Amino acid sequence: MPIQPLLDAETAARNMAEKAPRYTPQEALIEANRCLFCFDAPCIMACPTGIDIPSFIKKIANKNPVASARTILTANVLGASCARVCPTDVLCEAACVVLDLEGDPVKIGRLQRYATDYVFEHHIDVLHAPAEKNGKKVAVLGAGPAGLGCAAELAQLGYEVTVFDKKKAGGGLNTYGIAYYKMRPQISLDEVKMIEGLGVKFRYGVEIGKDISVADLEKNCDAIFLGLGLGGANRLGIPGEDLPEVVDALEFIEWIRTRPLHEVPVGRRVAVLGCGNTAIDAVTQSKRLGAEVATIIYRRGEDDMPAYEFEYELAKNDGATFHFHTIPTEVLSENGHVKALRLARTEVRDGKMHVVPGSGWIEEFDLVLKAVGQEKQTAVLTKLFHGLKLDAKGRVEHNPETMATAIAKVFVGGDCANGGREVVNAVAEGKKAARGINAMLTKQKVAGPVQPSRHGSKDGATGSGFNHPIRVPELLAAMAQ
Amino acid sequence: MADLSINFAGIKSPNPFWIASGPPSNTAYQSHRAFEAGWGGVVWKTIGDPIVNVASRYSALNLGGQRMVGFNNIELISDRSPETNFREIKEVKDRWPNHAVIASLMVDTRERWHEFVKRSADCGADGIELNFGCPHGMCERGMGSAVGQNPDVAETIVGWVMEAAEIPVIVKLTPNITNVVYAARAAKRAGADAISLINTINSITNVNLDTLTPEPYVRGLSSHGGYCGPAVKPIALNMVQSCAADPEVNLPISGIGGIGNWRDAAEFIALGSLSLQVCTAVMHYGFRIVEDMNEGLSDYLDSKGYKSVAEFSGAAVKSLSDWKYLDLHYKRVARIDYDKCIGCNLCYIACEDGAHQCIDLVDSAPHGLGPGRVPGKPVPEVREEDCVGCNLCSIVCPVDDCITMVEIETGRDKMSWDDYQTRLARGEMEPLPAHP
Repeated sequence: MPIQPLLDAETAARNMAEKAPRYTPQEALIEANRCLFCFDAPCIMACPTGIDIPSFIKKIANKNPVASARTILTANVLGASCARVCPTDVLCEAACVVLDLEGDPVKIGRLQRYATDYVFEHHIDVLHAPAEKNGKKVAVLGAGPAGLGCAAELAQLGYEVTVFDKKKAGGGLNTYGIAYYKMRPQISLDEVKMIEGLGVKFRYGVEIGKDISVADLEKNCDAIFLGLGLGGANRLGIPGEDLPEVVDALEFIEWIRTRPLHEVPVGRRVAVLGCGNTAIDAVTQSKRLGAEVATIIYRRGEDDMPAYEFEYELAKNDGATFHFHTIPTEVLSENGHVKALRLARTEVRDGKMHVVPGSGWIEEFDLVLKAVGQEKQTAVLTKLFHGLKLDAKGRVEHNPETMATAIAKVFVGGDCANGGREVVNAVAEGKKAARGINAMLTKQKVAGPVQPSRHGSKDGATGSGFNHPIRVPELLAAMAQ
Repeated sequence: MADLSINFAGIKSPNPFWIASGPPSNTAYQSHRAFEAGWGGVVWKTIGDPIVNVASRYSALNLGGQRMVGFNNIELISDRSPETNFREIKEVKDRWPNHAVIASLMVDTRERWHEFVKRSADCGADGIELNFGCPHGMCERGMGSAVGQNPDVAETIVGWVMEAAEIPVIVKLTPNITNVVYAARAAKRAGADAISLINTINSITNVNLDTLTPEPYVRGLSSHGGYCGPAVKPIALNMVQSCAADPEVNLPISGIGGIGNWRDAAEFIALGSLSLQVCTAVMHYGFRIVEDMNEGLSDYLDSKGYKSVAEFSGAAVKSLSDWKYLDLHYKRVARIDYDKCIGCNLCYIACEDGAHQCIDLVDSAPHGLGPGRVPGKPVPEVREEDCVGCNLCSIVCPVDDCITMVEIETGRDKMSWDDYQTRLARGEMEPLPAHP
């Protein structure tokens, strides 16, 4: 049976309501007043874009959300989406000293949302590009978080920037690939609009190498930024993989973000292959859109899953089920549609994973979502850009400070450089690349971020996460070993 | 169980907690409710020739999300007729014979004072409080703080009152004065039985940055109000202690100013109060707060072995002296407990920018990680040899008992500024080197 939408509009909307709604002004004030205004605060060290968190919170406490948003967006142009999608539990909020004082950190993400929502809702521009351009042109390939981070920074430095993307709208995964209950697509589109307001031009529906040649770009531009992200889902390599109801989890999420919720087809019994954060997004949203059963199928154990703990909890609370140490060996069909999965147990022997012989069983599913990682754009990248060097994992090699690649004038950032990390990392890398481009073209470096709440610290800007982001849980785990 | 009852200049009260003259003591209805809740006395809202009030009347200072840290009012004395007020006082006294009801009065001429003093006694009030403190409205008409700010005038008027008084007279002092002790002495000279302080402090709590008119707003204007609430407690304690320590004053003191719980009350008593008056906290939370006050004060007195409020009264008065008697050779330094330090570094920046640059940010390794400090992030460390012992770091530290001020034995004998000057004059020592 082909899959179809299961819920009416009202139920779907209720189920997909925002996980963390906007604070009221009073809630924001109470929460902001919990911040101690640390000197040289650890939360800044944990923010890859180095937002001056104590300063922006102080500005909320002092009832100036516009100034607060200015602080946020100056450091991180996608501060509104990061406020919603950042894993704050392992980043800024994990470093918050109030966590240790009260057992509950200052809700930095939600405060950041409060301030940025304010300027978007009131149509207040807090970022500005110089009236006179510097006459230099940069092409940004990919309108995702890395490309936007790069474009916005360059525009503010006076560059003429054109962003190319094959999609119909900008924002990349922020627009197309985030769980709906975390962030509405409109937020991402508003951010793109804000960056357009800085004079950045966007050209959509353009595929590099097809609609426009790299040679043309190289001829017409002073620098090129690659923010192409990752490719489609990895192949499973099992029979039945090409049936219509075997879908890339990110594509399923894109359906949710581009169609009315009650028109999104979903299976009654959904299998999600993989156990990363995208898998969690897929399994929870399947449940919320009416699936009776939504099961994560993961070849390793509970302790090995790449998903964050808070995401795992969310999925369990939503009624998702989990098959650990399980692997699909075949997708079974009936009349050309997915009917079931043949599954088998896995075990680790001699450090290698094996299918347990004779452990196979069949379980009925009508939708299979693949969240087993995305392909690298290895072929595309090397074909388009001769001389580009990739590492063993398919990531574009680059200078970590300037994001310069092996090719002169070509810079990189985001998932195609880091192999797939957070939105906030992509924005930071895009911004670093912009500064690298500027340094190359002007022979001058942009001064590092100076955060007022760190004013007077002996190590200048080095404590900022923009230069050396830390993850406190990982540091502690490393120390414990 | 300690005895909470007091005899305040002849006014008997089952406990030291009185409702201060103000909106909560406006009516018999409220007084009944106050006594039902456990208050020991009520100082009636000031009775005088009828006035007319405005709308609005109050405003507040909020701080860090905390409401009513300070409170401000431009309400005048009772807007009810003297007849109504005196009749209701009688009604309250009839029902609560063992509780204290004190008539607060404010009139102008000698004759009027005589008349109101007599009417107070006639209705059964246990005492009289003279409102020489109200800093708004009435002072423009030569009453309230206009009297309290001029000790000679105050002395004259207290004199008029004493001519007619048959019940104890308390003079309520204004803090809007250079040295409150002079006003207290004037009351004493004129024969007053007791003093109460402080009345409210002249204030403007805030300006509305959209309308540019402060609250309380009255058709395009505001007016200077009287400030009270938790924020004024330190000022009140200072003035209470000053009067308690002055040998010329030597009068029972009713402490007022920011009292909201038993701890505040105990501090006022320790610095020389015998009765306590509360208004703002009741305006915030209602009469019910007295339950914890009575219980807390009783528990405290028991825990310290005091048998009565009177025995405890003034216990801390002598712990204050003029600066010149403080020991210049006493040393204490800040010490950080790294098992408690969360790494906010507020102590560092406070000392660095706001005090004496005696805290360094150092490698955290020798101090371990402590609760949630970020690995590799520098931690504060006090250079004890340079620490002047100012307390600032321990004040800004958000963690209880994380920074303590530790006494350091210097091996030097006590030497006050007075001693120092004497020894210098005698040529017994060289001048101390100036701080670098």
